[in-house]
Amino acid sequence: MGRFPVLAGADLDVEAGDVVLLSGPNGAGKTSLLRLCAGLLPLRSGAAEVLGCDLARDRRSLRRRLSFVGHETFCYDDLTVAENLRFAARAVGRGVAEADFAIARVGLGSQANVVHSRLSQGQRRRLAFAIALARDPELLLLDEPHAGLDADGRAVVDEVVRVAAADGRTILIASHELDRVRQLATREVEIVGGQVRLPVAPDPEPVEVSP
Amino acid sequence: MNMFREALLVAGKDLRIEARSRVALQQIVPFGGIVLIVFAFALDPDRGLLPRVAPGLFWTAVLLASLLSITRSFSIEEANGARDGLRLSGLDGGAIFLGKAAAVALQLLLLEVVLGFGVVVLYDVSVRGVVLIACTTVVATVALAATGTVYGVLAAGLRARETLVPLLVLPAVTPVVLGGTRAFEAALAGAPSDGWPWVQLLAAFAVLAVVAGVLAFGPLLEEDS
Repeated sequence: MGRFPVLAGADLDVEAGDVVLLSGPNGAGKTSLLRLCAGLLPLRSGAAEVLGCDLARDRRSLRRRLSFVGHETFCYDDLTVAENLRFAARAVGRGVAEADFAIARVGLGSQANVVHSRLSQGQRRRLAFAIALARDPELLLLDEPHAGLDADGRAVVDEVVRVAAADGRTILIASHELDRVRQLATREVEIVGGQVRLPVAPDPEPVEVSP
Repeated sequence: MNMFREALLVAGKDLRIEARSRVALQQIVPFGGIVLIVFAFALDPDRGLLPRVAPGLFWTAVLLASLLSITRSFSIEEANGARDGLRLSGLDGGAIFLGKAAAVALQLLLLEVVLGFGVVVLYDVSVRGVVLIACTTVVATVALAATGTVYGVLAAGLRARETLVPLLVLPAVTPVVLGGTRAFEAALAGAPSDGWPWVQLLAAFAVLAVVAGVLAFGPLLEEDS
């Protein structure tokens, strides 16, 4: 399998506490940028620092300080909601209490003892969010966070992002739901063909969106 | 969290998954038993041969069943991007190795106890040298699990991993099968002093495999990125 560049000449500075919307067409490189920031893709050339960690050398300590909600849940089918959450939380030194609080926060309290394979798509997304929260991250990377969620789930995601932003966490959100995410974001950048375009100012007028 | 606590966390996770899915109990243990039975049928015409070759047949059955355990240990990391989740967890690569190898080793020990009874019953073996047999079993199991886990992560993420794991693991663990067989033969022959040097060889192999795994697992886990 050949290698090809997915991000070329991408240049992006994000301040601590920023909520950044990454917009752009399918295949532009939004997911790749998030995976790069999470240390899941190797940096082939250039330089990048995330939370002060050099992406080329220090990915493990970086990963302990961030959470990534991607297209997949990163969960085990044969573990329950609570077991998946506790495993992820304990891996970064968090306790059962944080895990259980995160379950309640995303509205999965009644499913705590249900195995992952029996959850609906929307419940799985909620679990992914709960895991992200239970890790108490400094940086939250969200890839299409509203995809596959019902109205309640989408509202939960919005609330989670608002609370995380109010707590001073830095958040990068790749999304096609621009109107919705613009209400949450402090900045917007467009990614086209693997390159970061000039910052787009967020719409000053809040737009009403249906839940 | 230190490395051993992290390893316990990973081992607990893998064992919980196995306890719930029961793949080890319902598929891997029966597979090992079937291998023993097939050997018994194949060599049945010469009843005197079975007790003499029992150690080699036992370790061959363990080896074949261990391939399933190793493949299973990494197939649970493929669904839902769990492998990426493991990388994102921030757990130390060496700790992940120790945890996964420990979980495989515990399952293999369970398998070996069952197969041991099978050998005694099916092959008409009189058990002697229990201490030597127990020590050989533990050390050889650590060596098998550690070596298999290193090659398991090497093959994980590749589309042909199910066929690649046996190709990689079988030649690598030949010394384990050889040492285990010779030590068992010595124990059953009532000459344990002939078996302990083989246990020492197995111990050296196990230490080497564990050290190599602790050092190499983290980079190998990142390999497909």
